[in-house]
Amino acid sequence: MSFISNMPKDREIMLKKIGVSSVEELFKDVPADKRFPKVEMPAPLSEPEILLELSRLSAKNASAECYDWFLGGGVYNHFVPSVIGALITRGEFLTAYTPYQPEVSQGTLEAIFEYQTMISELTGMDVVNASHYDGATALAEAAIMSVRSTRKRNKVVLAPGLHPEYRDVIETYFQGLDMELADGEIDDQTAGYIVQNPTWTGEILDVKAEAAKAHDAGAMLIVHTDPISLGVLEAPGACGADIVTAEGQSLGVGMNWGGPMLGIFATTEKNIRKMPGRIIGETVDHNGNRGCVLTFAAREQHIRREKATSNICSNQGLAALSAAIYLAALGKSGFRKVAELSWHKAHYAASEIGKLDGFSLKTKGHFFKEFLVETPVAAERIFAQLKDKFILPGLPVSRLGGADNELLVCVTEVNSKEQIDRLVAALKEVK
Amino acid sequence: MSNLWKISGEGRSAVYLPGLDVPETPIPAELRREEEPNLPEVAEMDLVRHYTNLSRRNFSIDTHFYPLGSCTMKYNPKVNEVTAALPGFRNAHPYQGDELSQGAIELLYRMQEQLSAISGFDATSLQPAAGAQGELTGILMIRKYHEERGELEKRRKILVPDSAHGTNPATATMAGFQSKEIPSDKHGNIDLAALKAECDETLAGIMITNPNTLGLFEENILEVIDAVHRAGGMVYGDGANFNAVMGIVKPGELGFDVMHYNVHKTFTGPHGGGGPGAGPVSAGAALKDYLPGPIAYKKADGYELKQPPKTIGRMKLFYGNFGILVRGFTYISMLGAAGLRDVTENAVLNANYLKALVAEKFPAAYDRSCMHEFVTRGDIAPGIHTLDIAKRLIDYGFHPPTIYFPLIVPEAIMIEPTETESRETIEAFAEAMNKIADEAVNAPDLLHNAPASTAVKRLDEAGAVKKPVLRY
Repeated sequence: MSFISNMPKDREIMLKKIGVSSVEELFKDVPADKRFPKVEMPAPLSEPEILLELSRLSAKNASAECYDWFLGGGVYNHFVPSVIGALITRGEFLTAYTPYQPEVSQGTLEAIFEYQTMISELTGMDVVNASHYDGATALAEAAIMSVRSTRKRNKVVLAPGLHPEYRDVIETYFQGLDMELADGEIDDQTAGYIVQNPTWTGEILDVKAEAAKAHDAGAMLIVHTDPISLGVLEAPGACGADIVTAEGQSLGVGMNWGGPMLGIFATTEKNIRKMPGRIIGETVDHNGNRGCVLTFAAREQHIRREKATSNICSNQGLAALSAAIYLAALGKSGFRKVAELSWHKAHYAASEIGKLDGFSLKTKGHFFKEFLVETPVAAERIFAQLKDKFILPGLPVSRLGGADNELLVCVTEVNSKEQIDRLVAALKEVK
Repeated sequence: MSNLWKISGEGRSAVYLPGLDVPETPIPAELRREEEPNLPEVAEMDLVRHYTNLSRRNFSIDTHFYPLGSCTMKYNPKVNEVTAALPGFRNAHPYQGDELSQGAIELLYRMQEQLSAISGFDATSLQPAAGAQGELTGILMIRKYHEERGELEKRRKILVPDSAHGTNPATATMAGFQSKEIPSDKHGNIDLAALKAECDETLAGIMITNPNTLGLFEENILEVIDAVHRAGGMVYGDGANFNAVMGIVKPGELGFDVMHYNVHKTFTGPHGGGGPGAGPVSAGAALKDYLPGPIAYKKADGYELKQPPKTIGRMKLFYGNFGILVRGFTYISMLGAAGLRDVTENAVLNANYLKALVAEKFPAAYDRSCMHEFVTRGDIAPGIHTLDIAKRLIDYGFHPPTIYFPLIVPEAIMIEPTETESRETIEAFAEAMNKIADEAVNAPDLLHNAPASTAVKRLDEAGAVKKPVLRY
């Protein structure tokens, strides 16, 4: 079973037309002693067999619908409306590729143009690209762009509070480049200043003050944000950000064990030509009818080759489509409501957990949907005890190099009061 | 044309959310955004119609023959969508820990083994998100290899054949190397003399797509690899065209040191209008310890995720585009070794058959038997260009091939039919190509004004740059 239509009779006709007597003859350019090697692989599975096999593997994983779920830390259990799956699995979206031929790709082009519009509205930025692999690679490319846009500066400074894995990814991307990643204070060598808001442990920062700090030193402000928070919190564009990146997984993409995710990237109009990634623009055809095309391609690898702004080619198109459908489905009031529900529920949970003996809230200042709790015993121990009660209480930050007695708790609109009360009751009983 | 805002009405929404069941905590005014985002407000049915109607303005594999060269637009089995949506895959979280992720880690492990077996490499990382990221992965691994040997300072040069994808030189730059272009010879192979002249102590490595973007298997591949290795360089394989060699030859046995795959091309991950893809990377003995990760390992009582010993680090968050990997694993597991060889044989057969059917009007740029794709030219009559041929194909109901690439063939048309197309479809496409060749002479305006059958006609791309409108 190889999903092939041609049968031996077809192949016979084809070989005859080509003028060879066997398919093997078509491979004569391959070195003879390396040709047709033995490949050791398990025997092929039929469709019912593979479905059974993968259902079995799937069942060995915890999945969110079986637990009271408070685990976040960069990937969030927000509700995914059913309409998204129904629409993105339409073959016309699912099995098209990058819209190189605009006349037969207006569906994808228009949908991403609407995505760009909605993300521009959320972030308060002028220009949005058609996506990156995830939030961390979007942020790494933003860091590189800040250095390339600033003359004679090669340093990118991280404000405290960036997710540790994001830092790892930026470090990987910087390996071959003459760019420096530093913590601490901005100086006259700083090209970009990265602020994650809310921080990875939940704290909401004063982005306007951070912008002033960056701009006073002549650096660009790069804000990495949680798009759901923008249902209530001030848009980074309104606070002075030069580049905004975000992890768009919360916008209807699902958790997918961490991939595919969605790297959101937005900037100001004057930076269009320095921006990585595909951009969709509006134009007209020769009858004057409106249509969309890939635009500013002169920045990209297929035109500019070694001088391109990035090597990115494939992006997360279908995840961007999911995000567009998500935002359109919720709409103005629904999107605000998701953010407000997350806020209220998280604050209720924090206040109830804070009343427990031995537990205290560690996140300083305001938080949105996630907060750090200091725990009386190791957070891993709490995780181990609560998972047996079908509660995932949060992320023990020791898994990412943090302190042992700290748990990062995330609460979203899908967590009911009943679930939160169960969490609190279970935490009370940890030993 | 309609858009989301035109079908909006105040207060509408397509999602029923739960009510507030906890006490309210006021959101401080100083945190609140001043201006509400102007999102659409639509009811579910209007939303569904909007996107359904948009989808109908696309050509896709499910609706049309889509012979986009180098993109391997093969049929994407529907079973993939079912397996990727299984709850333990779809609703699992990357931080739930190894113990609660045994099924997912086992899947990664088995897919790593599958890819290593097909390609003849020692180890595989499934983390890279797409082909271009796989390339960056491989070149950063080569970089670290030279660094650990104390040779990085002098080895600054990555060779890239002039037929290569633009991602290759762009990747070399992102990894901090200088790329140096190597010309092709008159048979479409890497020019050996030019290559050998660059094989010196400044050489870090070479990026080879084999078969190359002309659809030709590099006839001197062993000599090329040997020359690079003798100079102390490493050989990177761009696996964009891996559909042409499965079961035919193992790149690891040819001497490649590291290679990426495109799961969305070879292994039926859907292209999704631009992605997500997945770009796993395999490596041989010299480079396997540098793979990015974490990757999956087998232990006595199950599976675990760990970084390889000398890893270059993380290329992206978590463990790769897992949902796409599930689809690839489904496909590979259903085909097995013999099935994959069958895929390649039929892909190459279809390409050679199509090449033969159009040979008279559209001779191949290089007169050799091709692999999974071939390149011809569109300047077949006075005043006719490749763009005209491409747009006229749309009127015949076909997605155009890749055009104006590779750059070394003027007016290039790059055609990759893939193995999943039937003989009849290939013949219908050839017939259209041949008819268009006649029209190019007898009725050239049909080409110049094409496409005539689509809702929008040729679009003013220069105008889009001159007056950028990038949102509503």
